[in-house]
Order: sequence, then C-alpha cells, then structure tokens
Amino acid sequence: MTEEVHTGSIKKLIPEFIEKDPKEYSPELVELIERLTHLKILKPLIMVGLNTSGRIAGARRVFEAVTGYLKERDIDAEMAETGAIGLNSEEPVLSVQLPGRTRVLFINVAVDDVQVILDDVFHHTIPREKLLGQIRDENMDAWQDVPFLDELAFFSRQRRILLKQNGIIDPLSIDAYIAHGGYRTFLKTIRYHTLEEICVMMEESGLRGRSGSGFLTGKKWMVAQQTPAEQKYLVCNAEESDPGAFMDRALMEGNPHQLIEGICIAAYAIGATKAYIYIRSEYNDSIRKLSAAIQAARDYGILGHNIFFSGFNLSISIRKGPGAFVCGEETALIASMEGKRGMPQSKPPYPAERGFHKKPTIVNNVETLSNVPHIIANGPEWFRGIGTGDCTGTKIFSVSGRARTRGLIEIPMGTSLEVLVQEIIGGSQPGRTLKAVHIGGPYGGMLPASKLNIPVCYETFRRAGAVLGAGGILVLDEKTCVVDLVKYFMGFMKHQSCGKCIPCREGTKRMSELLDEITRKPLAEDQHDTLEKFRGLMQLEKLADVMRDTSLCGLGQLAANPLISALWHFREEFEEHIFDRHCKPNVCRELRTYYIDVELCTGCTVCAKRCPEDAIIGTERHPYFIVPDKCTGCGICKEVCKFSAVFYN
Amino acid sequence: MIKIEVNKKAVSVEKGQTILSALREHGIMVPTLCSMEELTPTGACRMCVVEVEGFDNLVPACSFKVQEWMKIKTHSARVLRARKANVELLLSNHPDDCLYCERSGNCELQKLAEDLNVRNRRIQGKRTSAKIDSSSLGIVRDPDKCILCGRCVRVCEEIVGISTIDFERRGDQLKIATAMSEPLQFSSCIDCGQCVVACPTGALIDHNQFQELDTSLDDPDMIVTVQYTPEVTVSLAEAFGFRPGTDMKGIINTALRRIGFDYIFETAFGGDVFIQEQAAELIARFRRKEKMPMITSRCPALVNYVEEFRPELISFLTPVRPPHQIMGKLINKWFATKKQVPSNRIQNVLITNCTAAKYEASRPEYASDNSPDVDYVLTTRELARLIRLNGININGLDPEPADGPFNAITSAGKLLANAGGEAEATTRTVFREISKKEMQDPRITKLRGNKYLRDAVIATPKGDLRVAVVHGLKHALKVMDEISTGKSEYDLIEIMVCREGCVNGGGQPIPANVNVIRARTKTIYDIDKSESLHCAHKNNAVAKMYEEFARAPASDQSRDLFMTRFAHRKVLK
Amino acid sequence: MDRIDQILNDFRQVNRDALIPVLQAVQDEFGYLSGESLEKIGAHLRLPASKIYGLATFYSQFTFAPRGKYHIRVCNGTACHIDRSTSILKELNKQLGIVDGEATRDGMFSLEVVACMGACGQSPVIAINEDYYPKVRSSAIRGLLDDIRTKHR
Ligand SMILES: Cc1cc2nc3c(=O)[nH]c(=O)nc-3n(C[C@H](O)[C@H](O)[C@H](O)COP(=O)(O)O)c2cc1C
Ligand code: SF4
Ligand code: SF4
Ligand code: SF4
Ligand code: SF4
Ligand code: SF4
Ligand code: SF4
Ligand code: SF4
Ligand code: SF4
Ligand code: FES
Ligand code: FES
Ligand code: FES
Repeated sequence: MTEEVHTGSIKKLIPEFIEKDPKEYSPELVELIERLTHLKILKPLIMVGLNTSGRIAGARRVFEAVTGYLKERDIDAEMAETGAIGLNSEEPVLSVQLPGRTRVLFINVAVDDVQVILDDVFHHTIPREKLLGQIRDENMDAWQDVPFLDELAFFSRQRRILLKQNGIIDPLSIDAYIAHGGYRTFLKTIRYHTLEEICVMMEESGLRGRSGSGFLTGKKWMVAQQTPAEQKYLVCNAEESDPGAFMDRALMEGNPHQLIEGICIAAYAIGATKAYIYIRSEYNDSIRKLSAAIQAARDYGILGHNIFFSGFNLSISIRKGPGAFVCGEETALIASMEGKRGMPQSKPPYPAERGFHKKPTIVNNVETLSNVPHIIANGPEWFRGIGTGDCTGTKIFSVSGRARTRGLIEIPMGTSLEVLVQEIIGGSQPGRTLKAVHIGGPYGGMLPASKLNIPVCYETFRRAGAVLGAGGILVLDEKTCVVDLVKYFMGFMKHQSCGKCIPCREGTKRMSELLDEITRKPLAEDQHDTLEKFRGLMQLEKLADVMRDTSLCGLGQLAANPLISALWHFREEFEEHIFDRHCKPNVCRELRTYYIDVELCTGCTVCAKRCPEDAIIGTERHPYFIVPDKCTGCGICKEVCKFSAVFYN
Repeated sequence: MIKIEVNKKAVSVEKGQTILSALREHGIMVPTLCSMEELTPTGACRMCVVEVEGFDNLVPACSFKVQEWMKIKTHSARVLRARKANVELLLSNHPDDCLYCERSGNCELQKLAEDLNVRNRRIQGKRTSAKIDSSSLGIVRDPDKCILCGRCVRVCEEIVGISTIDFERRGDQLKIATAMSEPLQFSSCIDCGQCVVACPTGALIDHNQFQELDTSLDDPDMIVTVQYTPEVTVSLAEAFGFRPGTDMKGIINTALRRIGFDYIFETAFGGDVFIQEQAAELIARFRRKEKMPMITSRCPALVNYVEEFRPELISFLTPVRPPHQIMGKLINKWFATKKQVPSNRIQNVLITNCTAAKYEASRPEYASDNSPDVDYVLTTRELARLIRLNGININGLDPEPADGPFNAITSAGKLLANAGGEAEATTRTVFREISKKEMQDPRITKLRGNKYLRDAVIATPKGDLRVAVVHGLKHALKVMDEISTGKSEYDLIEIMVCREGCVNGGGQPIPANVNVIRARTKTIYDIDKSESLHCAHKNNAVAKMYEEFARAPASDQSRDLFMTRFAHRKVLK
Repeated sequence: MDRIDQILNDFRQVNRDALIPVLQAVQDEFGYLSGESLEKIGAHLRLPASKIYGLATFYSQFTFAPRGKYHIRVCNGTACHIDRSTSILKELNKQLGIVDGEATRDGMFSLEVVACMGACGQSPVIAINEDYYPKVRSSAIRGLLDDIRTKHR
C-alpha cells in the first residue's frame, strides 16, 4: 500500500522497538514511524471505509470512483481502505488528508459526490455538504471552520481505546499497526513476564468478559494456567451471534492486529501454543482481514516457532462457524470445533479445565481480547481508572433500530445509559419519540425511555431488568410494537435453541406459539379465545421461571428475558393486543383491517394482482373489495395503489 | 467417602460419583428420562434436577458429581414445580393417545405425568402430525410421540455401534432421523431393536403382526403352529408383573393352546439341530483350517450388519439357518408330511425376543415353494398382549407340555438365549465329535460373566479350540477388524448384536435394566444346571428326525434343508 | 465425483475435527451436499453418514438442495425485522412461489432468510448473489425480479 516505504522495512527494526525507549529510537525508525502513522505524508492520502456495512452502502463504488478520479487527472495520491469509524448509518465514509494538514472526513458519500469533494479539497477548500469533521492533531495545520471530531456530540462523550484506530488505520497493514506501537507489548511480555504475572495483572485490571458473561478474565486464565496439561488452547470467540451486535465485526474489520496481539498475549499467559479464532462463516471481510493479519504476523516472526528467541511458540488458525447462534456458547463452540453438532455441555467441568480435546481451553470474546494489549501496556491501575469499581474499562455498544445515529459507541463503564441514548446517538429519529431501548439482543431486556438513567455496568443492568449482554442496543420509537419484537426474539430463540433440553426447546416453542396467537386475529369473534390467550400469558411468567431454573445453558436460561421485561414495562400493550385486538403502532399487520374506499378506487386492478393472499376481488373499472378473512395485512395493496384508495383501521 | 446433606440429613457417599447414583444408593428416587445405565449422561431432559445450596439454578443430578458438604434438596416445592412444568411442556403437544398406545402402562412419560400429578393441560401446544415410519419390518417410529431424549441415538451409537440414527436439525425442528432422512428400511438400520427397548415412550415400537394373525387363528381350514424361543419363557413373566427371571415353562404352552394355536413347539429343538449343523461345519473348517475363525450367524441383525458394512466377512459366517428357521423348514416339510397336510395349509408363527427376526422371515432364502417358512413373527411383548387380548389369566394356569415331534429338548438349545451360550453349546458337541468323548464338565465358565468379550481355550486331541463371544455389536467391531486383517486367533466367535445377547433382545419386555437382564440370564444357566441333557447331540428326538428325514448333520439332505446364503447389500451408511 | 476425492485428499487430517471444514469445502465446490458426498466424506473420515447428516442439518450454512442461479438472501436481523423485512419475504414467497430454503423449479432463484447481514444502518436489506439492496421496499421486489428475468432472456 505505502509505496515509498518499502514494505517490511519495519520488520528489521522490531528488535530496536522492543529494547529501546521511544526517546532513543534511531532517526531512521522515527521517520518510518511518522510515515506509517501518516504523521508526515508526502502526497495526499485518501481512505474509504470498506467495512461490511460500508460496502453494502456502496463504499466499493466510491472507492472505485476515487481511483478513477485520480487516474483521470493523473494525481499522485495514496489510496487505502480502512474500517468503520462507527457511524454506520452515515456510510460510505471517505477521508482525505493533504500533506501537512489534518485529515477531513466526509459521510454519506455517493459516487456523484466524489468529484465535488476531491475537486474542492485539492483546491484547499472544504465542501460543507457531506462534511463530518477533521481529526485533531497538533502537528498538522487544522482547517478553518471545520469542526473537530472530538467536538461532535457523537464523539465527545466517547472514550475510544479499542476503537481508537478504527476507520483511521489501514487494517491490512501490519506496518501501520506496528508503527502505532503495536506488538511491542506482546514481544515484551514474552521476554520479560512470567505467565502468572500476566494472569495477575489481568485479574487486577478487573477486566470482565465482554461477551456479557461478566466473568473476571484474569481469574479464568489463572485456572487454565494452573491446570497441568501437555497442551492448552486459546479460542477467540468471534461468533458474534446476537443479531444487532456488530462490535466484534468492527474490531476485526477495523483493526485485526489489535485482536491478534490480544490473542498472542492471552495464549502466552495460559501456556497455550495453539490458538483458534472461531468466526461465523458469513463474516467474509473479517475472515479475509484476519487471515491476512495472521499471515503478516507469521512473516514478521511474531507468530510461529521460538518467537523472537523467547522460546515461545504460537500458531493461530481460523475456524469458520457454519451458522448456529448457540455456537457462541463456549461448550457448544468447542463441540463444533470438534466436528460435532453444536450442543452445549453441562458445566462443570469448565472449559478452562477440560475443553477442546479435553484439554484446558480458554474461550474469550473478541472485545475482551482486544482489551488485553492496552491493559498490559498501560498497567492494571490505568485500566481500573476507567469505569467504576465493579466494572472497569470501556464498553463498545452497537446501536441499531430507530436511532438518529446508528453505529458503534465506546464509552467508559459507569456512563449513564441516558447519555449514550440521548446525547451520543441523539435519541430517536427526527419527528419520532423514543419509546424504549432493547439491550442485549435476543436474551436481553428492554428499558422504557423514562428509565434510562442507569450507569452502564453488568450488575446495575441486571437489577434494572435489562442485560448488558454483548452490548447490542436496539432503539424503539412509537412506531415499533413491543409485542411484535418479543415475538420476533422468541421465534429466533426457538429456531436457534439446540433443542437438547426440554425447558428451552419446548418452552421457546410454546411461548412463540402463544405470542403468534396474540398478534393474530381470532378466527371467529370468540370471548373464550381471548381468555385462553390471557391465561396463556399468565402461564408464561411461571414458565419463564422454570426455563431459567432448569435449562442447561444460557440460551434457555435467558430466552424468556425479553418477554419478561416487556411484560414488566409494557404490560398494557399485551393486554391491548389481546382484549382490544389492536396494535397501536400498527405493526402487527394481522390485527389490521384493510379496506378500499369505494369513492377513491378506480378499479385499476393493480392491488388485486399484487395481493399475495389473493384477498382482493372485484371487476375492472369498478371499486374493488378486500376479503377480510383472507387478508393478512401485508400492506402491499396500500403501497401499490396509485389512487391512495386503500386504508386500514 | 465424603459427607453431603440430603433433605436436611447428613449422608456419606463415595467421592467421584454423580449426585444421582449417590441418591439412589440411599434409596432416594429422583425421576430421570434421558439418563441411561452405563452410557455417558447428556443432561438433556432436566427431569432429575435437584436444589443445591449455593447454586443459582437447579442442578441435574445425573450429570453432576457430588462435592463435599453439598446441601441437596431433592423434592422441594421449587424442584417439584420445575419437574412438573417440564413434563407438562412435553405433554403440551403430545398426542392424546395413551388409550391406544402400545407403551401405555409402561411408558415413562405417562408414569412421570402420573407421579407428578399432572391432571390437566395447562399449556397448550400446536400438535404435530409427522408421518409414522413403518417401512421397516422390524420396528416402527412414531415421531409425534418422541420426546427427543436421545436414548435411541446413544444406544445405536454406543452399544450397537453403527449410528443409524442421529438428531437432525435443531431447536423447534429437532428430530431423530437416519442419514438423509431416509425411511428406516432403506437406512443402515439392522433391526436389532435395541433402540426400542431403550425408548421411554411409544415413539419406537415393534412392527406388530398379531392383528393379521387373528384371521388365521379363526380360519378352521388353517393349521396354525407356534414356536417360541427360550428367551421368551424367562422374560414373559415380567410383562405380568412377576419377578424378573421367573421361568414360564409349560405355562406358555397352556396359554398358547387357549389362544387357539393348533400345535405348540419349542424353538430349542431347532436349536439342537442348529448346534449339530454348526458343529459339523466348524469341524470341517477346523480340519481344513480355512475360513477361520467361523463367525456365528444366528443373529439376524449381525447378518444385516455384515451384509451391509462388511461384505468381506460373509465367507466367515456359518451358513446355517438360525434355529427358528430350521423349525420353520421342518414344520413345512417334515411335520406336514407326517400330518399329511399340504404345507400351504400350515401357518407358522414364531414368538421371539428378536425384532430382527421379523425382517429375517421375509428373506427369500427362508421360504419353501415361494411361501415363507415362518409366516408371522411376534415378539415377547406382542405375546403378552395376545394373552391379555384373549382374556387369559396367566396366574391360574397349570403348565402343559409342548407338542411332538419336537418336544424333546436339551439345555444346549436353551443356552442360545445367553451371550456365550451358543459358543458353549457348540463347543460341547464339537468336542464330542473331535475327541469321541463328552466334556468332563460341560460348563465353560469363561464364556459366562459380565465382560463384553469372553474367550476360552478348550484342549482337544486335535489341538486347542479357541472360542469367544462378544455381545453389544460396538464391542465386536475390533474383533471383526482383526478377522478382516487375518489377525484373529480364534476358531469360533459368537457375535451377538444385543448387549448380553438374546435375553436382552429388542422384542423383550420393557424395562430391561441390568438387574432384569441378569435375572433372565441366570434362569437360563439354572435350567442348564437342572436339565438332565446338556448337549445337542444327546437329543433323541433330533436323532430321530435325522434318521427319518435329514440323514445326518452336514449330509447333502441336511445341507439342502438347513443351509443358507448371504450377500452384499448397499445402503447409505 | 473425483472432485470430491480431490477435496478430501487436501485434508490430510483424518479425524472428526476436519468434518466441518471438509463439508464447507465440498459445499463451496458443488453448491450443496448430496447423499453421495456424505458417504464419501464418511468413508474418508470414518464417520457414519447419519452423524454427518445430523451435523450438517444442525448448521444453517449447509444445504442439501442446489441453489438457484440467483440466490436471494433476505435479512431478518433485528434491525431489518423492525423495518418490516417479513413483508419483503412474503412478497418474495408470492412472486417466486418458494419458501425459505427452496429454489424455483427452473433453477433461477433460491431464497434464504439470514440473520443480520451487517448493514443495520441501511435496514431492511436483501442481497441477490453478491449485490446488496439496502432500504428495500416490498413493493419494489417485483420490479427487481422482472429486471433479472429480462436480463437473463
Ligand atoms: C446462547 C449463548 C450465546 C453466546 N454467544 C456468544 C457470542 O456470540 N460471542 C461471544 O463472545 N460469547 C458468546 N457467549 C458467551 C460464551 O459462552 C462465553 O462465555 C464467552 O465467549 C466468554 O468470553 P468472555 O469471558 O471474554 O466474555 C454466548 C453464550 C450463550 C449462552
Ligand atoms: S438451554 Fe437450549 S440451547 Fe442450551 S442446551 Fe438446552 S436446548 Fe440447547
Ligand atoms: S389499486 Fe387502488 S385504485 Fe386500483 S383497484 Fe386497487 S384500490 Fe382500487
Ligand atoms: S394487505 Fe396484503 S393481504 Fe391484505 S389485501 Fe392488501 S395486499 Fe392483500
Ligand atoms: S407414548 Fe406414553 S404418554 Fe405418549 S401416548 Fe403412548 S403411553 Fe401415552
Ligand atoms: S384412564 Fe381415565 S380417561 Fe383413560 S380410559 Fe381410564 S377412565 Fe378413561
Ligand atoms: S434397530 Fe438397532 S440398528 Fe436400527 S436404529 Fe435401532 S438400535 Fe440402531
Ligand atoms: S425415539 Fe424414543 S428414545 Fe429416541 S429420542 Fe425419541 S423418545 Fe427418546
Ligand atoms: S442378539 Fe439376539 S435378540 Fe439381539 S438381534 Fe441378535 S438374535 Fe436378535
Ligand atoms: S436424567 Fe438427568 S438430565 Fe435427563
Ligand atoms: S438486521 Fe438486517 S442488516 Fe442487520
Ligand atoms: S450489523 Fe447487525 S444490527 Fe447492524
């Protein structure tokens, strides 16, 4: 990528890196670092966020448009890809840096915008239209009247440690990572620290499992480290199976070497010489970047045999998870790696004592492991200084749904959820009212808009009836239906349950059936039916207790969470569905009655042809009619009618 | 020994055992559904949960080891509520079929519902209506009654060792299926029925034939004969609540006669013929030292296995018909002539311990003049039902003898019921033929006992005879590997697919736990002790049969009558 | 079928650990798994076909039917769901006459419902082969399909 810096030249300088204090670096190294970190560049640098969500939004085409632009005009500039800066709803993101000047970011860039933006920037003016802001850097000239990113509401309350380089660094360049200080911690660790020391440091830092487990990472490592065995394994859990969670993906696509370094240190600390990354097979881009990163690290001697003469060996391989939510659960994940159906096993024994191939195995989440280099580099006290007593460090959240801004947010633990929702992401979309947020995915819980003032932390969330989980936040506004959402989650769980144990398999199935019933019109107006549904609903709470109490793994234990928390905060919505057969936000379409206004209908036949249920009858050029019993409320007729003749109540 | 507290009482238990086994040793009964003796616990059904102080969730007793000073509550309100709710969940979409269900009365689900006082359907679930798989002649699967406990899967994998079935899909779509969801008939299933005996519910039952039989019994023009295998006499009692191991000898004859069978025979007669034929074959091979070791082929499930999975072993199998098929032939050919009835007016019924025999009866080799030598095959369980159906009070029956000309038997033919019995009985006859004298002590204790592989070396004037038995097909896989690679040291190997052999066949009364099986086995050995004749070659009626009809063992005539063939079959395995 | 042997030869490791990677490689090559391939894989790894089938049906990646020329994936992740992805699915069901996991008889289209595709900011999302369609509306589906059909003619 970086043409004038000979790739690999930093490789030779690694020993200097490890042994010397930055103040004593040779001029050669200092210059190399400045070049690679883009502190001093010789020609313009243009970067496009080519992470998955960027690609889907069209970033690839933007990238090509930029290449075309440069070629056409014969401009000598450097192009590189980068990861997600975190503003997923504003993608594609394009950034430009001219020599000596700060980098400027543009958002929502379409192919047509490329020329306008680049023309302006190359003429030293900054177009306002798609502008996001500039990145503050004392060593460069700032642009006039361009806001700094750290002044924007979205960034100002964040504390970016893991995401610091996301959207800025080239994830495919190991040189850039090293220049930013990367791998130094690992290489120093294997030279100067014992395994116990690292485990103790981790325990002192108070880092807790970011998968939502909340388990003290250092403590877990210590168990594996002290279990005697001729082979131990480290597994990075990159399954990220919660729908609505995308922080692990962003970390892998945006800064894969940070994760690799975390894996290296973790493997060393527990005495593992083999590490695996278990990643869902759909994460193509993550797999591509991780494979490249592993290969590069191997080429540099950072992975392999007798790493930098330390006597430590380590190999990392990637295992592609073939698609099962439950394989995020560690024992199921291990079963899957062993070539079996991903069915969880009873614990104890815990994987830390008896895991992959019956050997001590540590399974850690991507975000957990990405924290490790920072903790070891800066010390446990530094880490404990961030967050609260019980919950140290930062946490990344992924926000989706009806939020004004959707994307990735990293904040210190202990920050109020209200700050996150209202200030950082700006609440709900313009013109809408915030109703609730759902946190923690399909086994999470929801909090109504009025109860968001709780600090972000495992325990406080649990007490409030929510679950921190992996940190997926779904923002709901008044046009979303709580019953429908709960039904969706339950349907997801019944399909994703491994099916092994009765409470989970049958419980989710029954709950899902009942929720289905509630959101459907009864066949005949039948009072009895209504009562049955209500009674069923009452049963659900008891059933949820039993599921929690007896299910084998977390999936079954927590599957009823969304339902219970929804019943707690939004009981009247359920009752409205059952007794009034009404869905206020108008989401449960099967509860709607569609009709065609005789006055407005021209009999154009369009709706009848498009109705998936063949529910619309009539004769051409005469008003059409919807058969209520057949209509499932899909709404297509309303969408396609050019005469706005379709209504519902 | 460590101390734990159970229901507020201190008890001491062995370290390293599961909570479940500790509780059982102290007489505390915790219900189970998925756990099985001797198989690895999966912790799937959550029926065995107990409350352990200090744990947030309930703990499955079957898969949790006891730990010092655990405080356990086995029947607290919380535990009972959980167990009941789980049973209710299973029942919420279970077919309301108990009235018609074969397992009603000994169904574990039904019993749990009863024990936990489930009295109404509080949770309503959508019914499923999966297709019943009755393609196999041995067993029938009704997926709607399946509670997905996985016991069949584990038996087929860990005891039978061929894994015909596994879980398919997951979550709400989870089911038990063969590879590519083929019907059982086209799968690698060998019809052993071990999964049927393992199943707690009516999801797996044998392929019933007794309804069809009814019409034949009523037909005045038909002569309906019935034969029953020795395993049936030592297990039928269980179906009527008697102590396992009770011998129903003689009483069965009375019952069958009351039901309306015209002639009643013991398969053990055929067993004695079979042993003599097999002994003759072994001696011939022993002398020529070829196709050794000889593998016994009496187990039809084993034959299926070899034909499907190991065609290279076909030539090692004894080419002799199994005892009940020898009987079928004898009835159709010899008995019919004696009675001067055409064989097409005779219907032969077999009552057996074995589900694979149901399939076996349809093999074209086992037919005379295009009609099967055995027309109907009923299991022990079906016999019990037939007895009830006919309103026979088994308690009040006096024993009666079986019918001639097959009514003389020895304990050799009876021994075939036990794993190792066939090897033992065959050895007795082989020894006599080789050394021209009887064995001093006909009992070969080394072939008895609890091990999966048992062997013995019998010294004869012509050299050592090395015999072995393995039971539970899984345990025989290694032995078969040795045979294929020419590394086997044995001369005769008895391989029985079912664990502990035919006494634990797939058609036997349920439940059959280790104690029950041992009781059946013991009774057979007791019979061997108490009978006056122990060797097949001492059976005078058999000798008479040879004299009148089949000349001698391994003669051309007897070959025609009693020999069979095996061939390679292709299935998805 | 020797393509399978080739794949199997590439996996020197003959144990169960290799099963999922082997299945992934075979499916990448053929687009789906067949009974025949199960048998070959089973023979290579010494595993019963039922175990391989049981495993493959557990995971959503594996399919036993060939995919269509145009494989349509409908995202039903949380974000897409609250933005009415079910309506899109229904429309596709109607337009193609197939449900999740099936292919049209002419082999043109196949349909799959997937969890989050990673563009929740653009929900609802569908993908036709490798082309993504962010913020789709159910009424636009017919047009999309018609375009493909005409392009193909
Ligand atoms: C149903 C279920 C799904 C899970 N999915 C994930 C997942 O997708 N990613 C993950 O890192 N952990 C997941 N976990 C948690 C893991 O079991 C395990 O606790 C975690 O990988 C440990 O990592 P940590 O200590 O770094 O948090 C899941 C747990 C359950 C019960
Ligand atoms: S709780 Fe659900 S996912 Fe977990 S083991 Fe039981 S059935 Fe499987
Ligand atoms: S599309 Fe509108 S105008 Fe046309 S028939 Fe339907 S309702 Fe009437
Ligand atoms: S809402 Fe959908 S199902 Fe109902 S009439 Fe309109 S098009 Fe048909
Ligand atoms: S399986 Fe058991 S519970 Fe089900 S119908 Fe049969 S007897 Fe009744
Ligand atoms: S158990 Fe009750 S319901 Fe069943 S048949 Fe007897 S009386 Fe009738
Ligand atoms: S009958 Fe035997 S081989 Fe067939 S599925 Fe049952 S246990 Fe397996
Ligand atoms: S068939 Fe019987 S043994 Fe097998 S899973 Fe179903 S209920 Fe259990
Ligand atoms: S061991 Fe006996 S009961 Fe079992 S399959 Fe073989 S012959 Fe039948
Ligand atoms: S018997 Fe313990 S979980 Fe089934
Ligand atoms: S939910 Fe559809 S892309 Fe995320
Ligand atoms: S990437 Fe899945 S919620 Fe958006």
